Amino acid sequence: MKKWISLSLIAIMLAGLCLTGCGGKKGLTLNVYNWGEYISDGSEGSFDTVREFEKWYQETYGQKVSVNYSTFASNEDMYSKISSGAVSYDVIIPSDYMIARMAAEGLLLPLNFDNIPNYQYIEDTFKGLYYDPNDQYSIPYTYGVVGVIYDANVVDEADIGGWDLMWNEKYAGKILQFNNSRDAFGTAMYKLGIDVNTTDKASWDKAYDELLAQRPLVKSYVMDEIYNMMESGEAAIGAYYAGDYFTMVDAQSENVDLQFYYPENTNFYVDAMCIPSCAQNKELAEIFINYMLSEDAAIANAEYTYYASPNSIVYTNDGYIEEMGEDVMAVLYPELGSFAEAYNKMAYRNLDSETLSYLNTLWENVKIN
Amino acid sequence: MKTSAKIYSGIVFAILFAPILVLLVFSFNDAKSLSVFSGFSLKWYRELLNDRNTLEAVRNTLVLAASATVISTIMGTAAAVGINKLRTKWSKAVMNTVTDIPMTNPDIITGISLMLMFVFVGRLFGAATSLSFWTMLIAHVTFCLPYVILQILPKLRQMDKSLPEAAMDLGCTPVGAFFKVELPEILPGIITGAIMAFTLSLDDFVISYFTSGNGFETLPIRIYGMTKKTVTPKMYALATIIFFVTLGLLMISNLVDEKDEAK
Repeated sequence: MKKWISLSLIAIMLAGLCLTGCGGKKGLTLNVYNWGEYISDGSEGSFDTVREFEKWYQETYGQKVSVNYSTFASNEDMYSKISSGAVSYDVIIPSDYMIARMAAEGLLLPLNFDNIPNYQYIEDTFKGLYYDPNDQYSIPYTYGVVGVIYDANVVDEADIGGWDLMWNEKYAGKILQFNNSRDAFGTAMYKLGIDVNTTDKASWDKAYDELLAQRPLVKSYVMDEIYNMMESGEAAIGAYYAGDYFTMVDAQSENVDLQFYYPENTNFYVDAMCIPSCAQNKELAEIFINYMLSEDAAIANAEYTYYASPNSIVYTNDGYIEEMGEDVMAVLYPELGSFAEAYNKMAYRNLDSETLSYLNTLWENVKIN
Repeated sequence: MKTSAKIYSGIVFAILFAPILVLLVFSFNDAKSLSVFSGFSLKWYRELLNDRNTLEAVRNTLVLAASATVISTIMGTAAAVGINKLRTKWSKAVMNTVTDIPMTNPDIITGISLMLMFVFVGRLFGAATSLSFWTMLIAHVTFCLPYVILQILPKLRQMDKSLPEAAMDLGCTPVGAFFKVELPEILPGIITGAIMAFTLSLDDFVISYFTSGNGFETLPIRIYGMTKKTVTPKMYALATIIFFVTLGLLMISNLVDEKDEAK
């Protein structure tokens, strides 16, 4: 009996070894590094972006290309992999502040826009963003704005509007605050009308006092836990990104009615497609980026991720607008006037190390007190 | 006393299995939520079968675990036999300590140091990318090896030393004696070692994370990548399947052990 088992185990393992041996890939290879769950991947009958690209490329160029698609969980994870010099990716999709940092460190290659004709669909309002002021290195993929989510069954309509709701004593023990220093201080600074990128310590102290005042009202400091706490009705007020708000609405309990609004000042993020300096096939990477901007792929990705797309082909598409619904469109694409202006004024930027360490000391005190 | 013992073991089992039960139940949930169960459905299992990237990650994980198991089992057996033959106590102690290092070292240190070494060697040879499937395989063999050795050494010590000697007396070559007499004696140790290596390789995250290269993504790394948004119930479905497969394997291996002991 035992002999039989060990024999079959060995057979399975040898078969496994063979699989790797035979798995050698011919033709071109494109390495893409993106956030998890951040591309339409064919699940629930959606468009399989990577496979469709492979097909399209073969039809157009008559050459086989295989896409190695990997995922990361945070900008910092991605940065440490790329900067270690041990890997080579052709396309990456980091967030704004990380693009600024990587460009400054020479980790990004300037794009050749001749290979990316679909860049025309990105309107001027999404150009000249602070992290890439000359639009050399990046093409925006998604953006989002932080807003306040509340449970309409608990919160009185009269109390909504502005950041004040997160400081409203009526809802003590029902409020969630971010569990990271930048976002938590951000809410207080937007509330007070302080520039979130200031280097003035007195301004940070003011925000600190505000957070201390809020502390007794806060149920807990959360990141991803916010999903379950809001969906189940455990908490009634919290701030998060618009796209994530819909994920929560999808899964909310029967006795919960989640609603959303934008305070006047708030944080933005932009995630953009870039080519890192370790890329081995820059032209192919540009073709892929161009494909990501094309109608089918861009719409499918926007529908899949539920984040706002800066691609005009998407947000002016009737099918997409219908699929999303008017309410969703109103939340995802707030009227901002000029996106670039609002973004450059309000979004977080990289802080210098002195301010950053001061911020972190204050934050530790908030959590200890 | 008896009831309190029952309650105690009840609590222990509840804590052990409640998380798995939650996972199992919600893998059949019709909605995407972890708080509301809105009806039974096999939707997420279907989704899982259509998710090419996840299935690819499963395949990668299995291929890597199988390869690492084969290599580390063969190397481990050879190493154990060698260590057992060392004459002096001192040299045995040294060898044991050295082979135990990957086991006692924190994973994160093993992972980082392996990565640094791969990058260094890669640069030395002017390679653009130094991390790949092969570096991951080397890393996995490294941390599986001590567990295999640890399983086989006691079996070798238990074995009557005169058995292989008798075989050689009767005309067996040393190699023949090893395969005909020693190997069957230590086979249970080898199998347990191989199973341990397989499971360790299967669920390793930290070391894999540091040594993984372009596009070769294992399941733990993929799941970690999903944590920016919520992990989809697809993963609960996958975890449920993995749980039952492992349970089945465990039961088979325990049944075999029972039979062996009954003999």
